[in-house]
Amino acid sequence: MAQGWLQIGIFLVVVVALTPPLGIYMARVYRNERVFLTPVLAPVERLTYRAIGVDPEREQDWKGYARTLIVFSGLFFLALYLILRTQSIQPLNPQGFNSAPWDVSFNTTSSFITNTNWQYYGGETTLSDFSQMAGLTVQNFVSAAVGMAVVAALIRGILNRTSKSLGNFWQDTVRTLFYILLPLTVVVAVLLVAGGVLQTVGHATTAKTVLGADQLLAVGPVASQVAIKQLGTNGGGFFNVNSAMPFENASAFTNFVELLAIILIPAALTYTFGRMVGRQRQGWAIFAAMLALFLVLIVVVVPAEQHGTVAQHMAGLHNGGNLEGKEVRNGIAQSGLWTATTTSTSNGSVNSALDSYTGLGGAVPMAALGTSEVIFGGVGTGLYSMLVFVLLAVFIGGLMVGRTPEYLGKKLEAREIKLVSLAALFTPLTVLVTTGLAIATKFGKPSIFASGPQGFSETLYAYLSQANNNGSAFAGYTGFVQPNAPGNGGSFGISFADILGGGTMVVARFVPILLVLAIAGALAGKKVAPVGPGTMRTDNPTFVVLLVGVVVLVGALTFFPALLLGPIVQSLSTQLF
Amino acid sequence: MKRTLISSVIAVLLFTAVFGLAYPLLFTGVSQVVFPGASNGSKLERDGKLVGSKLIAQDFRKPVLGPNGKPKTDKDGNPVMVADPRYFQSRPSQTSYSPSATFFSNLGPNSTDARDEVKANIASYLALERRYDRGLTAGAVPADAVTQSASGVDPDISQTNARIQAHRIAAVRRLPMATVNKLIADHTDGRFLGLFGEPGVNVLELNLALDGQAT
Repeated sequence: MAQGWLQIGIFLVVVVALTPPLGIYMARVYRNERVFLTPVLAPVERLTYRAIGVDPEREQDWKGYARTLIVFSGLFFLALYLILRTQSIQPLNPQGFNSAPWDVSFNTTSSFITNTNWQYYGGETTLSDFSQMAGLTVQNFVSAAVGMAVVAALIRGILNRTSKSLGNFWQDTVRTLFYILLPLTVVVAVLLVAGGVLQTVGHATTAKTVLGADQLLAVGPVASQVAIKQLGTNGGGFFNVNSAMPFENASAFTNFVELLAIILIPAALTYTFGRMVGRQRQGWAIFAAMLALFLVLIVVVVPAEQHGTVAQHMAGLHNGGNLEGKEVRNGIAQSGLWTATTTSTSNGSVNSALDSYTGLGGAVPMAALGTSEVIFGGVGTGLYSMLVFVLLAVFIGGLMVGRTPEYLGKKLEAREIKLVSLAALFTPLTVLVTTGLAIATKFGKPSIFASGPQGFSETLYAYLSQANNNGSAFAGYTGFVQPNAPGNGGSFGISFADILGGGTMVVARFVPILLVLAIAGALAGKKVAPVGPGTMRTDNPTFVVLLVGVVVLVGALTFFPALLLGPIVQSLSTQLF
Repeated sequence: MKRTLISSVIAVLLFTAVFGLAYPLLFTGVSQVVFPGASNGSKLERDGKLVGSKLIAQDFRKPVLGPNGKPKTDKDGNPVMVADPRYFQSRPSQTSYSPSATFFSNLGPNSTDARDEVKANIASYLALERRYDRGLTAGAVPADAVTQSASGVDPDISQTNARIQAHRIAAVRRLPMATVNKLIADHTDGRFLGLFGEPGVNVLELNLALDGQAT
């Protein structure tokens, strides 16, 4: 156990140490300054603008920024749906897979456009190499870049005193893609291949095993996709079992690299924020609130899994912890750390089976999702969602001490607070409504695998994950039935789960983005009040505690009743179902 | 608006070409040259023939033959399998050790199926190993030996599990215990930097090494 805590402790130290350098680099990228890659990338950047036919210097207000973002994402939606539906006539399809049904494809398209990477399908039995690369890998880059562009726009809105400009969507997206995501992805992908992750195209080969049986070894361009799936907090696996599959995550070394890749950008963005607003302590305050919540998740999930499940105890197994659905090379500590990290960063990848976690252990990913993904959160999305909570905390703090709420000198007025409240409540409400629909109607039933409270947990988790654009799953819940895997002969989707889930992902991604851009628009151009003795500080421990309190309170008030019905019943009960 | 639409169409095509085709294909080419072994799945050969992957577990059980000489099947029509006592056994698998169609068992923490499964696994582990390791009790059966892995193809078993199975291997193959334990140590992958993850014994490599000993 001590060994487990030591690995977790050292991992956190590495994250803290890498936050400032990457944070500074990203701040320079978003301020359009020179970085060490500029000599190589500047020509590529210029060429891109020319090809697309845009002027990167043209400033956009929030409406212009939002309009471009929506059109851009909408076209990618059409492109991805088209790719997925025409799979059978594409190149690089050595196994001759047909397309998945329309409803499953709709769900998958929504999922990858929104940086969710929820997967009802198993990659290796459903998708061709072409779909994986030209369809999904592209989205892993682009949807991540869109999230980061929005946070850059929000920061500019907070900063801008004289005009309504939030910057330029094209510039933010292109610079994010070429200066941040691509270089980091190449570095991570190289480390992964060196550590044993697959990277090849062509036919699967058949091995004759030691005892003479046939074993079909699937192949594919895995490392290139896994690198960006982790860095972009996407999470969609090449294989059905995601990063539990040794071909996706081969060793303790690759597991470490992937974990670091998952949390690196969201953590460093807090530093970028501090740098851009010119007050580093503001960035660290947000980092501290995120870290505090993160530690709670880790401290609950690891011992819970170490303890084992009720079913295992009743079977007479008391040592070694809950290894059902976990891999030996990861063990309990790296599985628990992974689960806490991925579910709080909006990264849907798993290296162990969440459905098989203990009651309490399974409550941890749910709680992480219940905070609307602000504990580091997705790339960009995590920071802008947290900034929404920061504004809420400033407002509540202001009410408590009787001062005008101000953040970084900008007065928060009725319009801002209305938008902030909507942004904070929209996603949780979506979760409750969709879960309710799926549980209360007969249409939700065919998707559920387990009986009793575990079945409820599966359903709640499915809509929590999709609405929060996370993508991890209690994988018993399904929207895709594939009797003749691999290939899609005779397969069909469960339309209700596919459409409800797909719709949820799209709405819960783009409505908050629009609200956040509207907040940025409202803040842009406001005068900055000088700091005086009457200013409430937002960079000290008191504020960090207030912020954590607001996040927990909103999450707990929304989800406590639902959590009671699922994981809490299970961890208190010694009964089997 | 029309302007934005045209720009977006070009961007979709351009980014698909760069991030969806150029990047993964170029990277595949480079990986194939620089890391030929790893990028192709860490394949293992025996006598020049592909025998499997270091990263993927294999089934070391053989089908049970019925009185008519044909493999026996259970009520679902699946062949009944029994451990081949000459080999170290991999962890239980939900997918019959298939690396081309992976899925989780999804057995929940309060599931009767999970209880029955673990109970049955403990019983068969004891039935196999207690003949050779007389002191083995139900309470000492390691967790990894009786629970299903996540991938279904977990290539490793715990060191405790390997040391228990070593008694059987030594007896069946008439090898000194010290030799078997040495082979286990040789095929144990330690923690990364001595810190991260858990040590695991690679079952396929270990079994191949055992077969190498015999000849």
